[in-house]
Amino acid sequence: MALFSNTATLLSKELRTEFRSRELLTTTSVFILIVLVLFSFATNPGTEEARQFAPGLLWLAILFASSLMFQSCFLREQVNDTLSSLRLAVSDPFAIFLAKLIANTLFLLLTEALMLPFFAIFYNISLWSKLPALSLVLLLGSVGIAVAGTAISAISAQARMRELLLPLLLLPLLTPVLVVSATVTGSLLDRDPVVQWKGIAFLGVFDVVFLTALWIFGQYFLEE
Amino acid sequence: MSTLALPPTGLRFENIDKRYGGLFALRRVSLEIAPGECVVLAGRNGSGKTTLLRIAARIVSPTAGKLSFPGAVGDSAAGRPGYVAHTTMVYDELTAEENLVLFASLQDVPNPTARAEELLREVNLFERRDSVVRTFSRGMRQRIAIARALIHRPSVLLFDEPATGLDPLGISWLAKTLGDVNRSGCTVVMSLHGESEVSALATRAVQLDAGAVVADTKTGASLRSILSFGGA
Repeated sequence: MALFSNTATLLSKELRTEFRSRELLTTTSVFILIVLVLFSFATNPGTEEARQFAPGLLWLAILFASSLMFQSCFLREQVNDTLSSLRLAVSDPFAIFLAKLIANTLFLLLTEALMLPFFAIFYNISLWSKLPALSLVLLLGSVGIAVAGTAISAISAQARMRELLLPLLLLPLLTPVLVVSATVTGSLLDRDPVVQWKGIAFLGVFDVVFLTALWIFGQYFLEE
Repeated sequence: MSTLALPPTGLRFENIDKRYGGLFALRRVSLEIAPGECVVLAGRNGSGKTTLLRIAARIVSPTAGKLSFPGAVGDSAAGRPGYVAHTTMVYDELTAEENLVLFASLQDVPNPTARAEELLREVNLFERRDSVVRTFSRGMRQRIAIARALIHRPSVLLFDEPATGLDPLGISWLAKTLGDVNRSGCTVVMSLHGESEVSALATRAVQLDAGAVVADTKTGASLRSILSFGGA
C-alpha cells in the first residue's frame, strides 16, 4: 500500500512541476510538430510513398521527442540533490520510478494526442475509423518507451558523459518496440487496414518484462 | 520544537570503509554514538565527514563494514534519519508548503498540512509558505531544508555544515532549534568548521583526517581544541 500512496504523491508532484513549468510538453510538442511539417514538405502528402513512410516517421518523431524528455527526467533531481531526499523518504524506491514512468507516459500520450490531428492533415490520412486500435498501439508503444527510457535516464544521470550515454543505451534497447510499433501502425494506416494482434501482444509483453526488470533492479540504478 | 515519534536511537559504525575507485574516502571507521548524544564531526575539507554522514543517512552504501541503529524500533518512516546536506534537497519549483507536505506525505506523517504549517511557523517561513523556493534567499533555503529534515520527527538528525548561509541571527535560531531537538531525545550528528553557538551544543567531538578517526573526546579542553580546529 505504501508503494501506491508514495507513487500517487510523487506523481502529483511530477504533474504539478511540469504543468507549472511546461518545460517538457512544450519542447516535445514543438519538436514533433517541426519533424512532421518538414517531412510533409519532403514527400508528397497523399501519395502511396508518403503513406508508407508515415508510420516510421511518426515513431521516429516520438522516439526523439521522448529522448528529450528522458534527458532531464532524473537530471533535474540532481540540481538540489532531491533524489537523495526522495530515497530517504520513500518506503520503496520503485515508487520513484513508477511515478516518473507514469508521468512520462502521460506526457508522451498528451503530446501524441496533440500531434495526431496534424499528422492526419499533413499526410492526408483518415484516422477516425482506426482510432481505437491506433490508440492501443500508441499506449503500449509509449509505455514501452517510457519504462526503458526512465530506467536509462536514472542510469545515465549519474554518469559523467550523460548526454552521450542516454541515446547510446536507449536507441538499441528501444529498437524492437519501435520496429513493431511502426509495423503495426503501418498495417493500420494501410488502404486495407489490418490489426496485427501478434505485434500488439509483443508490445504488451515488452512492457511487462521491462516493468518487472525495473521493479527488481531499479533500486540499484538510484545508488550513488 | 519536535517530540520524537519513536524512542531515541543511537548510531553504530563498525569498520566502515568507503572507496571511490582507488580513492579511500573512509578507512575502517568505528564509532558508537549513544541515543540522545550531540556529536560534532570536525576535520579538514575532504577528511570524510560528508561521506560518513551520507552513509549514516543511508544515501551511500559503505564499501565494507556495517551501520546499525541501536534502539531503533521497526522500519517505520520515523526511524529514518533526518538529513540536511550542503544542498537544500527540496524542489525549487514547489512552494515551501508544497515541499513540506510532499515529504510529510511520503513519510506517513499524520495530517501533513498541519505538520507542514507547524514547522513553517517554527522556521519563520509561514508568511512565505505560498512562495516557490526558487525565490528564497540562501538563509531561507537553509531553514526550509532544516524543516524538511525535521518533518517526520526523526530520532536521529544528521547535519552537514548546517550553519552555511545563515546570518548571526539565523545561527542563533539554529543553535536554539538544535538544542530543543537534542533535549527532546533526538541524537544529533553534525559536521562543522570552527567554534560557534551551534558547536557549543556538542557533548562530544570526533575528528577525521584522511578518512580515519584521529580523535574522539567528550572532555572540556580536548573538546574545545577539536571544535576550534579550522578544517581549512
